[in-house]
Amino acid sequence: MASVPKANELIAGTDHKPPKTGWMDTPVEFRPGTWCYSGKSKNLEVVGLPNPREWSPIDDDWKLPENWKEIIFEGLRERIHKYRSFQLFMDICVRCGACADKCHFFIGSGDPKNMPVLRAELLRSVYRKDFTLAGKILGKMAGARELTEDVVKEWFFYFFQCTECRRCSVFCPYGIDTAEITIIGRELLNLLGLNIDWITAPVANCYMTGNHLGIQPHAFKDMIEFFVEEIEEVTGVKIEPTFNRKGAEILFITPSGDVFADPGTYTLMGYLMLFHEIGLDYTWSTYASEGGNFGLFTSHEMMKRLNSKMYAEAKRLGVKWILGGECGHMWRVINQYMDTMNGPADFLEEPVSPITGTKFENAKSTKMVHLVEFTADLIKHGKLKLDKSRNDHLKVTFHDSCNPARAMGFFEEPRYVLNNVCNHFYDMPPNTIREQTFCCGSGSGLNTDEYMEMRMRGGLPRANAVKHVHEQHGVNMLSCICAIDRAVLPPLMNYWVPGVDVTGVHELVGNALVMEGEHERTTDLRGEPLEGMEDSDNEDL
Amino acid sequence: MDLENFLTQHQSAILKRWFNFIIDTYPPETAKLFKREKDPFANPVGSTIFQGMQGLYQELVREIDPETASPFLDKIIRIRAIQDFSPSRAIAFVFVLKDLVREQSRAADDPEETLSQDDLTSFDGRIDRLAMLAFDIYVQCREKLYELRVNEVKNRTHRLLQRANLLAEIPDQEPSL
Repeated sequence: MASVPKANELIAGTDHKPPKTGWMDTPVEFRPGTWCYSGKSKNLEVVGLPNPREWSPIDDDWKLPENWKEIIFEGLRERIHKYRSFQLFMDICVRCGACADKCHFFIGSGDPKNMPVLRAELLRSVYRKDFTLAGKILGKMAGARELTEDVVKEWFFYFFQCTECRRCSVFCPYGIDTAEITIIGRELLNLLGLNIDWITAPVANCYMTGNHLGIQPHAFKDMIEFFVEEIEEVTGVKIEPTFNRKGAEILFITPSGDVFADPGTYTLMGYLMLFHEIGLDYTWSTYASEGGNFGLFTSHEMMKRLNSKMYAEAKRLGVKWILGGECGHMWRVINQYMDTMNGPADFLEEPVSPITGTKFENAKSTKMVHLVEFTADLIKHGKLKLDKSRNDHLKVTFHDSCNPARAMGFFEEPRYVLNNVCNHFYDMPPNTIREQTFCCGSGSGLNTDEYMEMRMRGGLPRANAVKHVHEQHGVNMLSCICAIDRAVLPPLMNYWVPGVDVTGVHELVGNALVMEGEHERTTDLRGEPLEGMEDSDNEDL
Repeated sequence: MDLENFLTQHQSAILKRWFNFIIDTYPPETAKLFKREKDPFANPVGSTIFQGMQGLYQELVREIDPETASPFLDKIIRIRAIQDFSPSRAIAFVFVLKDLVREQSRAADDPEETLSQDDLTSFDGRIDRLAMLAFDIYVQCREKLYELRVNEVKNRTHRLLQRANLLAEIPDQEPSL
């Protein structure tokens, strides 16, 4: 009789079963789509990062410095002494597992090394071996292991897989902030010259030119003026923004993504329209032309250096305070780190809204106010004329961007604005929003195209919740207040929830804003016909 | 017993074993959590896979209609196409039903309760049709992934040049009447 293989035998011998070895002894495999390109040497050189060279994670030889072990141990020792929180995070975890299934990368990939507890163990195991007595004596039995090149490769793989979103820390009974462990992990890797191009290039460009892409002042100005023309086409109103204007009351800084990447560009149009309408005395800077700070994803020192540029520019221009656009990690840097890095910014004034007189006491020290908070205050005081029906073609939900949500507790303001500019707003399920929001899956410098497969894994829990409101309420627009979100959520939606587009909150404000002297609007800022205007003649637009 | 009745009667047992087979392709620590957590937002992989399997099972009880079966297959494959599985492993869960149904049939005490060879052949045909659909969906998912990547690169470069006024593009012309 012929031998017929059983159905499950057909697939045996491939990758059916997980590896037989324990996690400590299972090296990582660098498959395409699961790792980011390495940092280019020229970008490391320009900001003085160690060990600049050409290398790739798929090479066997990563060209580490000869004394690489010594560098890591010394770096670890230094940081343990410098950051008490880090030492605590190394020592106090009892491996209760509360965080285990809270990470979006774990939920989406199923890879146990993405359980925050285990990701931290990658570093803790080395710490135990050389910094604790139990680890020195008992070795593996005490959860300790030798530092080898494979361990370093594993760190690179997983510390550039965590988006530092801090969802896990919400659930830790001890308050361990695994993002801070990743931050230190990346700092240690940087000591060996192990970093990714999508972070080091923006860092170098930001340092040299002022923004992530290295857009020079004249081009930056041209780009903003491009939007001035677009706004005039949609509204008939001519806006005249100023650049590098000394003596302006306010310096406005937003992520450069809003200037060049759709759909953030429509959000930028919303900013311009709002400022024009309320007659704000503000200026753009073509030097501090970046709200984002990829230094946060490199090292504390780099974060400090890039952050200082914004304040240096505020000082040079002689403004009273800084208004910041819809950005994610810029606000984490401002709210959590700026004050002790470069602050307090005593040369600036405590921010007061020139329109409503509201004092932003929360920004007393950093002197930097979040635009959504500023706009919510304008609306609360009845300073804006809004026609919500202009967003009636949209059914909107809101993605709490990780940093404003978990690093600022910024939950109500965006929802307040949204409810005032659109009629159809639906929140996603409670365990996927506000403090428990799911990351977009591409934050902390991982929003690069070669990483698309991993990004789809990391973004799965977020997309799953969007899918729910899409199916329940017909939601077709996902709003957010972060430039990385605006860049990465469109492909995420395209893969998981086709039919849902992405917007910044101020794009919707721009749509609803009734402006002095405007002509009748027939389209939204994207040129899409407004409800009831589908048949109007838009040929001139 | 005829095929439809057999599949309906043994639905919960077969579904359970089928679900366990899929989830056991993940590492053991993960599988435990994917099986245990019932909240669809805390555990989208486990719950989406289960929903997809329930729908597919109903399709198998009837005949396979590609129109109605595809969305259920898509639920499962869209997830596995971007996880750490080879293509064959990503869609292997379809084939394994052949074994599971045979085992369930053999386990019946009463010969009247088992499936005939004809029924098994008919069932295998349904699985084969499902497998062809699964192959199509898997490839669509991977194509989509690469399309997203290409689009991201294209949009970034082109829009940037356009906005910086570095392009002299031929303006769109109205068609002459």
